[in-house]
Amino acid sequence: MSAFEAVIGLEVHVQLKTKSKLFCACPTAYGLPPNSATCPVCLGLPGALPTLNAETVRMAIRLGRALEARIQPRSTFYRKQYFYGDLPKGYQITQGPVAIVEEGTLRLPGDAAVRGASGPIACGIERAHLEEDAGKSNHDLHDGATLVDLNRAGVALLEIVGKPDLRSPLEAMEYLKSLHRLVTFLGICDGNMEEGSFRCDANVSLRKVGTEPFGTRVEIKNLNSFNNVRRALEFEILRQGRLLAAGDALTPETRGWDADKGETRIQRSKEGAHDYRFFPEPDLPTLVIEPAELKGALPELPEARAQRFMASHGLSEFEATTLLQSRPFAEYFEALATASGHAKAACNWMLGEVSRHLNDHGLGIGALPVAPEVLGALVRLVEDRVLNLTTAKDTVFPALLKGERDPAAFVAAQGLGQVSDRGAIEDLVRGILAANPDAVAQFRGGRANLRGFLVGQAMKAGGGKLDARLVNDVLDAELAKA
Amino acid sequence: MAWATPNSMREGLAAGDLSAEGLVQAGLARIQRLDGRLEAVLSTDAPRSLEQARIADARLAGGERGPVLGLPVVLKDNLHWKGTPCTSGSRILAGYRAPYDATVVARLLQAGAVPLAKANMDEFAMGSSGEFSAFGPARNPWDTARVPGGSSSGSAVSVAAGYAPFALGSDTGGSVRLPASFCNLTALRPTYGVLSRYGVTAMASSLDQVGPIARTAEDVAALLGVMAGADPLDATSVDLPRQEALWPLRAATLKGLRVGLPREYFGEGLEAGVREAIEGALQRFKDAGAELVEVDLPHTRYAIDAYYLVCTSEVSSNLSRFDGLRYGLSERVEGQTLAELMALTRNAGFGAEAKRRILLGTFCLSKGHYDAFYLKALKVRTLIRQDFLKAFEQVDVLATPVSPTVAFPLGAKLDDPLAMHLADVYAVGAPLAGLPALAFPAGFSAGLPVGMQLMGPALSDVRLLELVQAFQERTDYHLRTPEL
Repeated sequence: MSAFEAVIGLEVHVQLKTKSKLFCACPTAYGLPPNSATCPVCLGLPGALPTLNAETVRMAIRLGRALEARIQPRSTFYRKQYFYGDLPKGYQITQGPVAIVEEGTLRLPGDAAVRGASGPIACGIERAHLEEDAGKSNHDLHDGATLVDLNRAGVALLEIVGKPDLRSPLEAMEYLKSLHRLVTFLGICDGNMEEGSFRCDANVSLRKVGTEPFGTRVEIKNLNSFNNVRRALEFEILRQGRLLAAGDALTPETRGWDADKGETRIQRSKEGAHDYRFFPEPDLPTLVIEPAELKGALPELPEARAQRFMASHGLSEFEATTLLQSRPFAEYFEALATASGHAKAACNWMLGEVSRHLNDHGLGIGALPVAPEVLGALVRLVEDRVLNLTTAKDTVFPALLKGERDPAAFVAAQGLGQVSDRGAIEDLVRGILAANPDAVAQFRGGRANLRGFLVGQAMKAGGGKLDARLVNDVLDAELAKA
Repeated sequence: MAWATPNSMREGLAAGDLSAEGLVQAGLARIQRLDGRLEAVLSTDAPRSLEQARIADARLAGGERGPVLGLPVVLKDNLHWKGTPCTSGSRILAGYRAPYDATVVARLLQAGAVPLAKANMDEFAMGSSGEFSAFGPARNPWDTARVPGGSSSGSAVSVAAGYAPFALGSDTGGSVRLPASFCNLTALRPTYGVLSRYGVTAMASSLDQVGPIARTAEDVAALLGVMAGADPLDATSVDLPRQEALWPLRAATLKGLRVGLPREYFGEGLEAGVREAIEGALQRFKDAGAELVEVDLPHTRYAIDAYYLVCTSEVSSNLSRFDGLRYGLSERVEGQTLAELMALTRNAGFGAEAKRRILLGTFCLSKGHYDAFYLKALKVRTLIRQDFLKAFEQVDVLATPVSPTVAFPLGAKLDDPLAMHLADVYAVGAPLAGLPALAFPAGFSAGLPVGMQLMGPALSDVRLLELVQAFQERTDYHLRTPEL
């Protein structure tokens, strides 16, 4: 097996987050009644003509700039022709030999584990082009019939074709994650993989290590999660490796990934491939991009934002990267940092209680029922030592999840505020020391771990509301006295 | 009433002597009386037409006046008028009703014109005689044994037979000019993009243009004026300079006009009678002070080939949507596959010429043939455009016959598709180059009308109309009507 090396390139279809479709004004919302978001243009009625949605062009340019790609000043739409039930015109409008975005680079995070010791890697982007989606054929809803829903027909896609620069399933997954993060941070895609907003096909071949020419390429379709991409590629690399090791020849083919069975299966051989009869779309003029359209600020990209988090909030690289798992998550963090005035503490909450709650319930940050301002008020109570952290986590945060909006009022009403009166704590600590003469004696005899016991006794006696730092201070002072 | 001019109709409407409703009723009655013989009309919708007429009458009563307000217009059946049948002359769309208005139709309605009928046509506008209609050929009112010319056959016949003063056709490779020439009418193929294609069933998208048809340049200008201009629904549409000069149209001076005569359009194959009539008309231009200059358009001999390659390629693509799934004819049989449904529907729904062009076009665009055919044709198209640009450095306009022959007998070329295609030899240059071309009555040959066309630089549409207006002030060919 080790004699072979995998060569992987991914093609990703990104559904652009526009209000209307690529060539008509129909809405793009998901989950509308079948065939309700349609008009003469996306139904392919006689006489209807496409007109380009300018917002999609701006989004493609944004991606191209973020990928440091060439934005072609002139590109052309083409017709890709085939007959199918969910393709109303009998052709798909896509782009031709020249795409709006060409020759870019996607940088993957500098995780040495990804490619041995060689450090951060970059994957070339061959092109990204605009095209319309087809409708949806549903073969399972009705016995003996296929039902077609054309709501998706004409929705804008950006097909991003990566170069075959990836060498392992893990790298492929990292590429996909980085691209996903990029398009969501750029605000051009909602990133929802279950609803098909971010779809991936993978091309994979094997070659002998140290040789240049690529082997026979197999395309795997419909990889709808990061894990599926990795698993499908792992399976496929094993399958191909076994065949090659046995001296069998591979055939160029398209295979589908069956996540339940954990295997790829042949869909069609490339030899019987379609002749799509591409030709320039006469209904649309050449797409011309003026230099002025390439100016203007880009949204802050994930990499830059991570650097900023580290520099100005004093976060570690791990913390910063974890906060950037998605744009909404990072934005929640920033709002929380501002509201609380304590970035480091905000980070701890995001990676601690907040993530735990979301993971336990399988939710995204958008589903967290606590506004950053409310959680920020709680964080501030802790940082201002009005409330101790344990009470904040165990009692107040769950109340916020249930709809409580004013942490300070809640703490006051429930009498949860922490005791920070040094005099009162001194009295209490002295009482504890007096009640535990053995423990005090053993501590002084060298059993340092008994200090924790004494702190615990004091906290317990204070009903969990004492300022823990103050308790520690006082205890140390009292123990040092005698 | 049948031969009343739009000017006299406007006067009658303004004075209250006529009503839009009355004009519709008169038009429908004439259709009733004559169309059994002429077969120019595929459908009428009297209630809808009368409703539009009453709206126009109310506007007239309120003192509003306009170039087409209250006047009937016949629409080619590939133009969508919401709620009415729109077959494009094909069995595959029999029973299909337009679910929306074409932009040109919407603009006509806005201006108060009253659609009177949907006109017969070659299937999907593919034909030069009108005989490729799935619903039978229209007849030439000048001689009902002859073709009226196509593909806008019914539109031209409707004006020539006095059903209505105005009609709209569409022109891909001569489809308004040829029938205008055969039926003694004036018809404009505008500069590509001047009239929106939204709501026009596509034949060959890079060549299709809607074309107004009437008796005179002045009347064509009235129609063009209310429809022209960029349309947000058609990305290839453009604004027409000097659009405001279309109404009322003023004649241009012919003095000093340099008229180019392309040698390639006066060569072999041009019928003697047609040549004589054209020369007579050219003499009129000369008499009025124009200068006649011979010019060359050297790539003309490749024009027909390039035209049919581009046209059939686009046809094969544009007609893909007729698959029996969503609208129109559907040959459903229990248990069939999707491919069977599509094949059965398309086989039953398309006529011979449609199938011929789909097959040719599919072949042209296929892997391995694309470069040799489609791409080559695009290159020739560029050369032809350059020929015209060069000619317009020397002359203001080009004058040619519209067709090498007068209207030919029904059936004469039906079995010879190539001969039928050659009828377009003078017509396809302007569409390939995207230029405006105006056909107008230029005389007669053995009692049959002969048409001439003026071609000009891009967006010179208004100027062409002004020049022909000047010609028509000096001639009376356009005033002659057939005996019916």
